[in-house]
Amino acid sequence: MRKMCLDVVHELARRDKRVFFIGSDLGIGTLQKFKEEMPERFFMEGISEANLIGMAAGLAMEGKIPYVNTIATFITRRCFEQVVVDLGLHNLNVRLLGNGGGLVYAPLGPTHEAIEDIAIMRAIPNMTVIAPADANEMRRAMLQSLDHKGPMYIRIAKGGDPIVTTDNIPFKIGKALVMRHGLDALIITTGITLNNGLEAAGRLEQEGIKASVVHVPTIKPLDHEAILRHAKEVPVIVTIEEHSILGGLGGAVAEIVSEANFPTPKKFKRLGIPDVFAEQYGSQAGLMKGFGITTDNIVVTIRNLSKTKAPSGKLIEPQLIKE
Amino acid sequence: MDQRSKYLRCRIIETLNATRRGHVGAALSLVEILRALYDDVLRYDVKNPKWEERDRCILSKGHGCLALYVVLQDKGFFPEEELWRFCEADGLLGGHPEVKVPGVEASTGSLGHGLPIGIGFALNARHEKASHRIFVILGDGECNEGSVWEAALCAGKHKLSNLTVIVDYNQYQSYGPMREVQNLEPFAKKWEAFGFAVKEVNGHDVAALRDAFSALPPDNEKPTAIICHTLKGKGMKCTEGNLKWHHKSGIKDEEIRQLLDEAEAY
Repeated sequence: MRKMCLDVVHELARRDKRVFFIGSDLGIGTLQKFKEEMPERFFMEGISEANLIGMAAGLAMEGKIPYVNTIATFITRRCFEQVVVDLGLHNLNVRLLGNGGGLVYAPLGPTHEAIEDIAIMRAIPNMTVIAPADANEMRRAMLQSLDHKGPMYIRIAKGGDPIVTTDNIPFKIGKALVMRHGLDALIITTGITLNNGLEAAGRLEQEGIKASVVHVPTIKPLDHEAILRHAKEVPVIVTIEEHSILGGLGGAVAEIVSEANFPTPKKFKRLGIPDVFAEQYGSQAGLMKGFGITTDNIVVTIRNLSKTKAPSGKLIEPQLIKE
Repeated sequence: MDQRSKYLRCRIIETLNATRRGHVGAALSLVEILRALYDDVLRYDVKNPKWEERDRCILSKGHGCLALYVVLQDKGFFPEEELWRFCEADGLLGGHPEVKVPGVEASTGSLGHGLPIGIGFALNARHEKASHRIFVILGDGECNEGSVWEAALCAGKHKLSNLTVIVDYNQYQSYGPMREVQNLEPFAKKWEAFGFAVKEVNGHDVAALRDAFSALPPDNEKPTAIICHTLKGKGMKCTEGNLKWHHKSGIKDEEIRQLLDEAEAY
């Protein structure tokens, strides 16, 4: 996914002279061809994220479209204030490419795990937040980024993630994608959890539970209309994300579903990282499993919520699969 | 102090009078720096504030904006009435500058942002082979921020000779004298070490400032840093070196009168 993302930056730069690339201190050889072909628009400025953001802002104020790439935590945590003031407040066309959104850097520990990047970026006025499901969707998102108005945060997954989207899916910034339709439950996904959502819906169908899968590659602006349209017709809603359950996809969906005041209460569950830092290393997949960001957990959660007759107001305890 | 410097200071106080709050000391130390720039050095067109060939000047120490507003208004960037609506709901001018104000290049106030943005401007000018210059006015307290030094590294690396950093070196920050809060000395040597050509000048001597700002860059291979030695609150006896006037609210009628009298008598 990262390679695709940067390949498209290169492609866009060839096509459009406004495109600049700014990296911090990326891996050797990153965008080497870009650097050779267009050295005047390629900057590798070292581990100085506050400066990178301001520099990108200055270029964007002059009409350029800078793509800034470094590890997601450094873009979101390290220079949050620069992103808010320089990019958000000025509403500039800067694209922030965050490597390793979620638990990708599991072996490197909590300093490098971007578990709240979506929440951070969502809180900034004017910011668009995108988390593609796979390399194909990354390509479509990146192509649309060129002429998008305002700053964007684009979350990059590990790479080598299963391809679950196809070119005939009409990706559009700000639009949710309906991947499956069913009236028994609604699974809402973002980023690579689309794969889990689709698998879970397939398994649930074998049990006689038909679930919709709505994929939300653009978490902000959120496609309220699509989410509410599907939420309205089901009794059970489950969100799943490789992100803290605070302030990410689940939080965003909860906000609009609760304010919709549906005449019949919905059973609702956010699956994601609870309000903790990871205590273990290992692999991304291992941590995701530990936090219940899995197909199994979607299936069990929906199965249980579908059976439960919860009186409104009663908290339904989380069901976490442990193996 | 000549009549023009006094006049600009009186206008600052009259503007302050609108809401009776603001960073007075930080504005007063800037008057001659801004005056020299806007009277004699910068290229701009008040009728077309976004004229491409204009020199870009960023007031990174945005809390000194009272001085900037008075100078921009004096040049005709916006009507005088706006000064009298300073910080008011229906006004254009807030307690920190924003790009919606004609003549303001970047919204500033949160410190340590102006120089990185100036680098973006300077890199763009070089890329476009444009001849305009970029000026960034920093406060000395602002130079506590790491982002200033990240940007200084970057400007030095790129040998941005079209970029000039101007530091209002009044040696006071909000809590007290810089040497006690966070000492920046040896200040000129720091900028030199980051790859800047450095000049030091009396920041209230208009002729000296004009000279320093006119022969730029002193070195075609380096960005320039001009350290302006100033006095916080310069121009009124009661404000000079008096941190009570760094940011003050609830200013009384008699204080406004005293400030204007002292400016006239200076």
